[in-house]
Formats: sequence, structure tokens, C-alpha cells
Amino acid sequence: MANIMIRQAENGGLSFYLPKRDLEASIESIEFDTPEKWGGELKLDNGGSYYIDPIAKPPRLPISLRAKRLGAAED
Amino acid sequence: MSMTREQTEALISEVLEVYPEKAKKDRKKHLAANDTSLEQSKKCITSNRKSLPGVMTIRGCAYAGSKGVVWGPIKDMIHISHGPVGCGQYSRAGRRNYYVGTTGVNSFGTMNFTSDFQEKDIVFGGDKKLTKLIEEVEQLFPLHNGISVQSECPIGLIGDDIEAVSKKSAVVINKPIIPVRCEGFRGVSQSLGHHIANDAIRDWVLDKRDGQAYESTPYDVAIIGDYNIGGDAWATRVILEEMGLRVVAQWSGDGTLAEMMNTPKVKLNLLHCYRSMNYISRHMEEKYGIPYMEYNFFGPTKIIESIRKIAAFFDDSVKEKSEAVIARYQPMMDEIVAKYKPRLQGKKVMLYVGGLRPRHVIGAYEDLGMEVIGTGYEFAHNDDYDRTIKEMGDATLLYDDVTGFELEEFVKKIKPDLVGSGIKEKYIFQKMGIPLRQMHSWDYSGPYHGYDGFAIFARDMDIALSSPVWSKLTPPWKTAPASAEEKKAA
Ligand code: SF4
Repeated sequence: MANIMIRQAENGGLSFYLPKRDLEASIESIEFDTPEKWGGELKLDNGGSYYIDPIAKPPRLPISLRAKRLGAAED
Repeated sequence: MSMTREQTEALISEVLEVYPEKAKKDRKKHLAANDTSLEQSKKCITSNRKSLPGVMTIRGCAYAGSKGVVWGPIKDMIHISHGPVGCGQYSRAGRRNYYVGTTGVNSFGTMNFTSDFQEKDIVFGGDKKLTKLIEEVEQLFPLHNGISVQSECPIGLIGDDIEAVSKKSAVVINKPIIPVRCEGFRGVSQSLGHHIANDAIRDWVLDKRDGQAYESTPYDVAIIGDYNIGGDAWATRVILEEMGLRVVAQWSGDGTLAEMMNTPKVKLNLLHCYRSMNYISRHMEEKYGIPYMEYNFFGPTKIIESIRKIAAFFDDSVKEKSEAVIARYQPMMDEIVAKYKPRLQGKKVMLYVGGLRPRHVIGAYEDLGMEVIGTGYEFAHNDDYDRTIKEMGDATLLYDDVTGFELEEFVKKIKPDLVGSGIKEKYIFQKMGIPLRQMHSWDYSGPYHGYDGFAIFARDMDIALSSPVWSKLTPPWKTAPASAEEKKAA
């Protein structure tokens, strides 16, 4: 489990930040994206993927969450 | 000469030829020909990795990132370099963070405070010494507003408890004391020091005035990550104030502790150096809902772009004033460009700096008709290169944490008209006959930021390039023997 931060990117998408490793990436897809259920698997543009427990869609971004790593980036 | 992709790649492999196999493989990942079609820099360049043992890197340590960059410029605090004397003494006042105030009375920017560790402190621990030092500081400099304890390598190695000392002494002197765990051995470069320093600000400073009454206006902004090198932050402030904004805080060039504590009240954080202060900006965005934006005031093109981008966050009165600012300075800018562009047109520049400059100053050079054909960072991360790719021309050279040898070879082969780097590179290249401007300290000049700065920037680049000394590199006895004989005959 790691702390991550999700924020609104300038281009309208979501961006992912892992403070521990100073890793920035944009989120390519998010498993659930409805007002009631938001989260699940996050696919990153660097090839990595993380899982966050689905929650109600946060009213405001950025938000810090705990995430589980599913697949590492290929660097 | 503009190089094609093949030429640039051939150059990189040629330079890498001298390394042993393993080193070659590692360094290859840090050198690349720019590909403007890429969105992600990691496809062509690797960054923020440990430097190779044995090569000459010009990176700093985490202590340099915290004490030297982030904390050091906060002028009304005393920053104790906790550990041996050298780390602080040899870097003292080298960054040219300008400030107003009386040094030694209410400002302490250029002074060096250290616990001067000796053998016995390493053996028995330095906590007592630190306590005593803080008492002395309080007695000798009663007008300081707080203390930060900047750990040097030994502190982490011997396991001193600076947090406990700080908490206890803070009660005694009744001023904030902030322990910073920025031992030099942490991380791969000064970059982690920035992060640690930001976290210390978040934990020990930022929320100290939350809930206190504060007279705010809808136009409050903070300048984040401008260290006022040669007065850069002041040149920025002038523009922002003319736009009708109120600059509440300057982080951290010419800044104070109180300004930092007031920052959570602003409406927008203006981020100059993304690399060293994005951490605290993110935190404020999440906790206080303050948006942040990266701006660039180098050269008129970028200034105008940034002014409009900033104004978009505010109401029409700011937008109107911003247009008026742009219009008012335009003739001044046109005059500078008209004067210097003909002299500088087409000149090629190679840069190797840190933080934000390898990408931010590109626009200023382009405004003068010059072209940046190679750039690189000391301690950038992938996201910095993501942004750089779009600023640079296709197939130009990118180098990350470049070694002394590589940079020298690149410059020898590419033969730029000007190099922008630091003091360590300056005399090597000038002896090779290539003018160099220090782009860390603005070569004892500055500011280069803002409208006022551009005038100085243009003049300095012209001075560097047009100095008559460059025509005297070949000694007279080696130039045109014919003319010498003529003289003899006459
Ligand atoms: S690496 Fe350690 S000893 Fe060297 S300057 Fe940094 S803090 Fe001091």
C-alpha cells in the first residue's frame, strides 16, 4: 500500500502522483467513474497500474488515497 | 549547424565510446536526441537516477537542496548547518539570493551558522552542543524569528535526536525551531533535499496561522519557488503588482517566516521552480484548495503568455490591467529586440543547468533570434523532460546529469556559439574559446526574469558573444605569417 495523490490535470484528464518515489504519470483509465462509485483499477500511461478502493466521487480534487500496486511501470 | 537525428545519435555513440561496457549502457539512457512527437520523455531519456561512480557529476546533495535552495533564503530565520563546518562554509552566500534587511541584525541570509562538529561530537553525540548553540543564537541575534536545523551527513549516521532538541529549545526561546532531516546522503541529488525541505515546511510552518483573522483580498497571490537570484523575484513582483495582484508571500527569495505562514490564505500560487516546490503547492491545493500554476517570465513571448494565463484566474479588472501592462512594455521590448537581434541572430546555445532554467530560458533566447541546440538538467525528473521536449527543436541534444567529459566532448563537436552553465564549466569552455554565461548565478548580473530582466539578459548575452577577446585566441605569431613578413620588410 502506498499513499498516492490524484489531481485534475491541465488537459482535463486525471494525473497520478506517488510522493514516495516522486513519480508523476497521467491516468489513462479509471475502472469506475460514476458519482456513487469512483475508483478501482487505475491504468497509468507509464505502463503501471494501481488499485484504489472505490468510493463516492470526491467533490474536489486533488485527493490523497491509499493505493495498492497491481503492476509496476516498466522502467 | 542544425543536426539531423542520425548525426545527433552518432555523436552520442561516439562520445560514449570511451566508457567501459557497463557504464556505456547506463549513460546511454541519459542521453538522447529530442523527439518532439513524443508525449512522454521516458521513452527517450532516463532521469533522477544515481550518478555513476567514477564520472564527474555536478550534482549537489540533499543538504544543498534544503539549506542552500529552499530554506537558506528565508531571511529572518537562522539556518544552522548542523554538523561539520565545511558543508555550510564552502557554500556560504554563493547563490546570490538578494534580500533587503540588515545582515546580522534582522536578516541572516549571507551568514553561516554551524555547530562545527569535532571528533568528540561524533563520538558522544551533538545534541548538547545544539542546545547550547540555540541559546547562543538567541542571545547574540535576538531579532531572528525562528531557527531551522539543517542536518548534515553525520547527524543521520550517529542518530542524533534533533527533533527532541528542537521541541525543547523552542519552548525555551519561544520561537519556532524546525528540524530538517536533509542529510546529504539521502537520495540521488539535491532534488530529494527539496522534497524533504518542503515536507518540513508542511509539517512545521504552513498551518501555524490557520484560523487566525486575516484581511485578504480577492487578488492575493504567492510567488513560490523563486529564490530571488540577482533580484528575479522582485522583477516578477513588479509585473504582478502592476497587474493588480497583491503578492502576499515570496517563497523563499527575500521571504520571511510570516509570509510562509500566511500563504494558505492566498487565491493562487504562482510556481516558478516546479522541481523544488511542487510538493508544497500540491499540498496547499489539496488542503486549502489553492490552485497553482507554473509561469515563465523569461523573454517577452513567454511573459505575455504567462501574464494572460495568470489573469485568466481573476476577474476582468485584472485582465484589463494585464493587457495594459503588456501594451506598456511592448515598445521597450521591441527596442531591445531591435538593438540586439541583428547582433545575435542565428547564434547557437547549449545549456546545462538545474531546476527550471534548461527549459524556461529557451524562449528568451529565441526572442533574440538565437537557437538552443542542446539542453539538460542536473537533477530533473521525467516530468521536467516531458515539458522540455516541446520547447526544444526536433533532434536537438538532451543530456541528463551529464558528466564533465560528455559535456566537454559535446561542446567540442557541436561548437555552439555560447554555453550557459555554471562556474565549474565556465573556464574550461572559455579556454576552449567558447563564451560561457553562468546560468545559475546569472554570472554576477541579473535579474534576468521579468521585463526588466530581459533588457539585462539581452545585454549580457551580447557582451559575452561580442567581446573582442574571442578574436585574440590565436597568438600573433601563429596568425598570418605573410603580414608579419610584410611588416619586417617595411
Ligand atoms: S554530502 Fe554530506 S558532508 Fe557533503 S556537503 Fe552534503 S551534507 Fe555535507
